Amino acid sequence: MNKINMNEKYTISKQIKILAISFMLIGLAGIVYGFVSAPSNIEEAKAIVASKSHDSHHGSDHGESDHGESDHGESDHGESDHGESDHGESAHHLVDHDKHLLHQLQNKPWASIYVPALFFMLISLGVLAFYAIQRASQAGWSIVLFRVMEGITGYLLIGCISVLIILLMSGLHFNHLFIWMDPDVVAHDEIIRNKTSYLNLPFFFIRAIIYVSGWVLYRNITRRLSIEQDNSTDINIHKKLFNFSAGFLVFFLISESMMSWDWIMSIDPHWFSTLFGWYVFAGAWVSGVTTIAIITIYLKSIGYLKFVGDSHIHDLGKFMFAVSVFWAYLWFSQFMLIWYSNIPEEVTYFITRIEDYNFIFFGMVALNLIFPLIVLMNSDFKKTHFIVILTGIVIIVGHYIDVFNMIMPSAVGDQWSIGFSEIGGFLFFLGLFILVVFREISKAPLLASGDPFAEESKGFKYYYYD
Amino acid sequence: MSKNNLHVLFDDDDILLEAIKKIREKKYYINEVYTPFPVHGLDKALGLAPTRIAIAAFIYGCIGFTVAILMMNYIMIVDWPQNIGGKPSFSFIENMPSFVPIMFEMTVFFAAHLMVLTFYMKSKLWPFKKAENPNPLTTDNMFLIDMESGDDLNKLKVFLKKTGAVSIEVIEKNENEK
Repeated sequence: MNKINMNEKYTISKQIKILAISFMLIGLAGIVYGFVSAPSNIEEAKAIVASKSHDSHHGSDHGESDHGESDHGESDHGESDHGESDHGESAHHLVDHDKHLLHQLQNKPWASIYVPALFFMLISLGVLAFYAIQRASQAGWSIVLFRVMEGITGYLLIGCISVLIILLMSGLHFNHLFIWMDPDVVAHDEIIRNKTSYLNLPFFFIRAIIYVSGWVLYRNITRRLSIEQDNSTDINIHKKLFNFSAGFLVFFLISESMMSWDWIMSIDPHWFSTLFGWYVFAGAWVSGVTTIAIITIYLKSIGYLKFVGDSHIHDLGKFMFAVSVFWAYLWFSQFMLIWYSNIPEEVTYFITRIEDYNFIFFGMVALNLIFPLIVLMNSDFKKTHFIVILTGIVIIVGHYIDVFNMIMPSAVGDQWSIGFSEIGGFLFFLGLFILVVFREISKAPLLASGDPFAEESKGFKYYYYD
Repeated sequence: MSKNNLHVLFDDDDILLEAIKKIREKKYYINEVYTPFPVHGLDKALGLAPTRIAIAAFIYGCIGFTVAILMMNYIMIVDWPQNIGGKPSFSFIENMPSFVPIMFEMTVFFAAHLMVLTFYMKSKLWPFKKAENPNPLTTDNMFLIDMESGDDLNKLKVFLKKTGAVSIEVIEKNENEK
């Protein structure tokens, strides 16, 4: 390492801006298309389902596996392959059923923007927790990555606000993502009724505001202190950062867990899992660390971050490997206990996913566990930029599908597909994330040079390298 | 004058690493280094080949994984199928999730134990073996380099003192041992 400019700043390149904005525009078009093409009444919903089953599996798997919605849709159009079984089961059931179908299809564009909004917010939140851990443990190796982490957490406010807006739209009954928000449903559902002391709209939004303000407050305080530290030799700033981070981690532990119950688990209000909070956190953590690694390698490849060496990338690779295994451990713990005990109200969660989402549900496990486990096991691969980027993309996609699997089955049931609105939603928030994160990175020097451990971090070397 | 062995003592691991680099630069031959704790980078400094224990561990893990699958298949499917929690076990794949903890534990068990055994065999260690370290101080706070003296002992001694050696002891080689 020869000369390194301490106050080197990143300037956001035009290509990145154009890329991000075009992602957002394409995404927006997809989202708008999704909303426009959503059915507004029961007839339209039935027509959509009927045309879909004509297109895809007409004739192929008619009698054997299809059940529920799609068959009903066809039979109403006179094709009828269930006529003998439950025609007499009262018209009331059918009407209910069609209404349900309409709600699912109307939910689809909402759910397909809720998934990416949540996913990118969780990346930011995972990085914030990782950052707080580095601060609270006074780690020596990671100082050189602080400005990248602070850049990613810059998305937190916007990410949280976009999630909150969607939740608010739910609360105002523009969509039926959360059925417990519908007083009509609650009146006929004893299980939800017993939960209303926790699951009610005012308390729900009060909680949401508490979480978000706590996270954003911590993020802004540490960011301000961190920049102040650049031109200061005051050790008190370091001590303050430590104290805030340790306090934040306690708050985070509780608020993140409750956030995952509120914003994700309550979409399926009958179901519950006690380790759900960890599980969501593990996913956010590994996607966050992966994002740090990808952005760091990108910035290095265009000539910035010269003080980040192989050893830092190697450590990020170790985290990607370890947390992927940790995530899989939690995923499996949740799955196996519920599968094994086979209690109807619990196991229904996995039955929907295995029946209607089989390929992506298990495919996600392959992407999130088996791929990183095999590829990143080799010590040398963890510092090979190409392989870290490749595995990183697989992990990001895998965890996106994980969030997709948390939301979609409860929101749209078996009416899911990867169409314009899903891809559009992903691209829109990806573009927003890239734009906000790189702008935030460009606002401060790339090295937190005032940190007492900055020199140690620059010289950090895994002993096995020369 | 025949070649003798030298026992050179150091009292700091960083000084030891620097000394080893200089000694090897001068083309002296180091037989062995004794330290009270594992010193990071010592293997590199001595120019030892990278350890292959990781590859061995991977293979042992695979063996454990396979043994667990065969074992659970025999116990729970072939030999004595049992109805546990309403899940009659006539198919391995349908009952696989409940075997995963066992597969995991067996993988870890095989990898860990066989790795320790391999390490003992490679280091020629076994129960009741007499300790090989030449100076009991190396179990306390001293680092010892066991090296060959070369031709000019006095010149070597001056050189070693410069690298930071605390004491130098010349060991006459027993001809019978050789």
